[in-house]
Amino acid sequence: MHTLIEPGFFGSAPVHVALVIGAVTAIVSAVVGVFAVIRSQSFAGHALTDVATTGGSGAFYLGISPLLGFIGGGVIGAGAMDLVGVQRVRSRDIATGVVLGSASGLAALFLYLDTTQSATTGATQQILFGSIFTIDPSTIPLVVILSVVTLVAVALIYRPLLISSFSAELAQARGINARVIGLIFMVAMAVSVGLSSIAVGSILSTALLIGPPATSVRLVTHVRSAVIVASVIGVVTAWLGILFAYDSYYWIPSTQGLPVSFFIVALIFLCYLVSGLSAVRRSIEWLRASFGSSSAAT
Amino acid sequence: MATRLVWVQLGGDLMFSGFMVNAWQAGTIVAVVAGIVGFFVVLRGSAFPAHAIPNGAFAGAAGANLIGINPLIGLGVFSLGAALGIGGLSRRGRPDAVTALALVMMLALGAAFLSQSTQYEPEIFSLLFGEILGVSTSQILPVGVLGIVSVACVTVLYRRLLLTSIAPEMAAARGLRPQSIDTAFLIVVAMATTMTVPVVGALLIFTLMIGPPAAARCFTNRTERALALSVAFALVTVWLAIACSYKTNWPVGFFVSAFSTTFFLAGRLFRALRARRSVYPISSVTALARSQG
Repeated sequence: MHTLIEPGFFGSAPVHVALVIGAVTAIVSAVVGVFAVIRSQSFAGHALTDVATTGGSGAFYLGISPLLGFIGGGVIGAGAMDLVGVQRVRSRDIATGVVLGSASGLAALFLYLDTTQSATTGATQQILFGSIFTIDPSTIPLVVILSVVTLVAVALIYRPLLISSFSAELAQARGINARVIGLIFMVAMAVSVGLSSIAVGSILSTALLIGPPATSVRLVTHVRSAVIVASVIGVVTAWLGILFAYDSYYWIPSTQGLPVSFFIVALIFLCYLVSGLSAVRRSIEWLRASFGSSSAAT
Repeated sequence: MATRLVWVQLGGDLMFSGFMVNAWQAGTIVAVVAGIVGFFVVLRGSAFPAHAIPNGAFAGAAGANLIGINPLIGLGVFSLGAALGIGGLSRRGRPDAVTALALVMMLALGAAFLSQSTQYEPEIFSLLFGEILGVSTSQILPVGVLGIVSVACVTVLYRRLLLTSIAPEMAAARGLRPQSIDTAFLIVVAMATTMTVPVVGALLIFTLMIGPPAAARCFTNRTERALALSVAFALVTVWLAIACSYKTNWPVGFFVSAFSTTFFLAGRLFRALRARRSVYPISSVTALARSQG
């Protein structure tokens, strides 16, 4: 007998941790992600998770805190992308690619050294895919503090970031240093993806960063409402994904269930596809309404 | 005599015998294909799809492994699906966001496949980072065939790719549809990817498609010369990487990225030292248009 919520869901400690971390990551990713999508920096946002992963595997090898490695790697990567030329739109993706390529090479080396010298199997899989159910509860305070720091940083540069994202000329006229603002945003994004990739793995990190914001900017026009809609989509998909993953242990008794990342990403992808359909419907409706009003006026 | 001594010291006899022959052959083919296809990846600024297709494709290998078919079929289906999905969805959304979503969807499917099979884990590393020193003789032929097909496609599309990348307005005036060219190019990237992922790994093929071509464009403004330089840099990168990997036993992906980054930095230094010129002078665009018409 299967129910929507299998027994023990609300009583399980790993589930509590997963729900909290999932919500925090989803909200921070949504706020940063709306700007990443508006600024067309999805590639940088994704690449930073891989660069952060390099930091994580380096920290794993050196035996220091993986969280420091993840965030340190991300911040260094953001600085390197800016240095190579992230501020020029034409060469931006290539600069991101070069940084990503060299980080991947280093990650290959670190993971090789990890697996051959310290005999830790499963390091590759853990770093790449992560698991929201195996988070150490003691990391929650740190994750929450760093999330708040990221949100405050974005809030502080909100106006100049918004202006420089939409029009470089307007930003220049207002005396905004677009490069400095861009660099601060990249560092904030690096901290955010570093956090989320250690908490939920690099796949989910990119999915939460890009999916809900890309969906929300199709639905609403104001940036503030886009941030709110994206946060709601992020939290709802994350929680539903956690619920489905928990339930899936009961659906397929022979195996160990399906991973959380699969459910959350599938839900986010579905939201994006549906938002495309509704955008079509809305625009048809809008056309009808405007034609209707103009015919009524004449 | 002295050179012979150095040769033996470097392990030259062993480095070019037995299984190492396969590594040199596969590496050379991959470098040529990556140098050519990558040149257009850099020219068109499509680094993100070039990263997403090979990375997502590895999930296909995991799926094929789960249902017990040849991993190459899974790789092919997933990389082609990624190319068509990114090309198709980009028409109605932001291309970079669509690419990111396609990538994470494939990776999430990969994670689901992996969770259902138990004996797969060690292969993740080799699919991501490559195992060029473990290439078998039977893998060389498919790599070669698909490499030739990819290069042939680029040759056929050559003028159209150049025109839509350098002068989109002129291409539109000539009735070329940029989105169809985009999708066609992504399919070429997918083909170049399918065969190379099991040989050199998803991360390595991406690095080779970005570093050497981006470096080549720093050294010259001429298209043909840059293309030749791109292939040359890719070849040198791969050959040095195989030799170093053989000597140190470290993963070949590390050396490939180290050498291609070095080429890129050298290119940027070269360009910074020279007086700045525009990358494509207007004369070359008009010359291209003239030869087209």
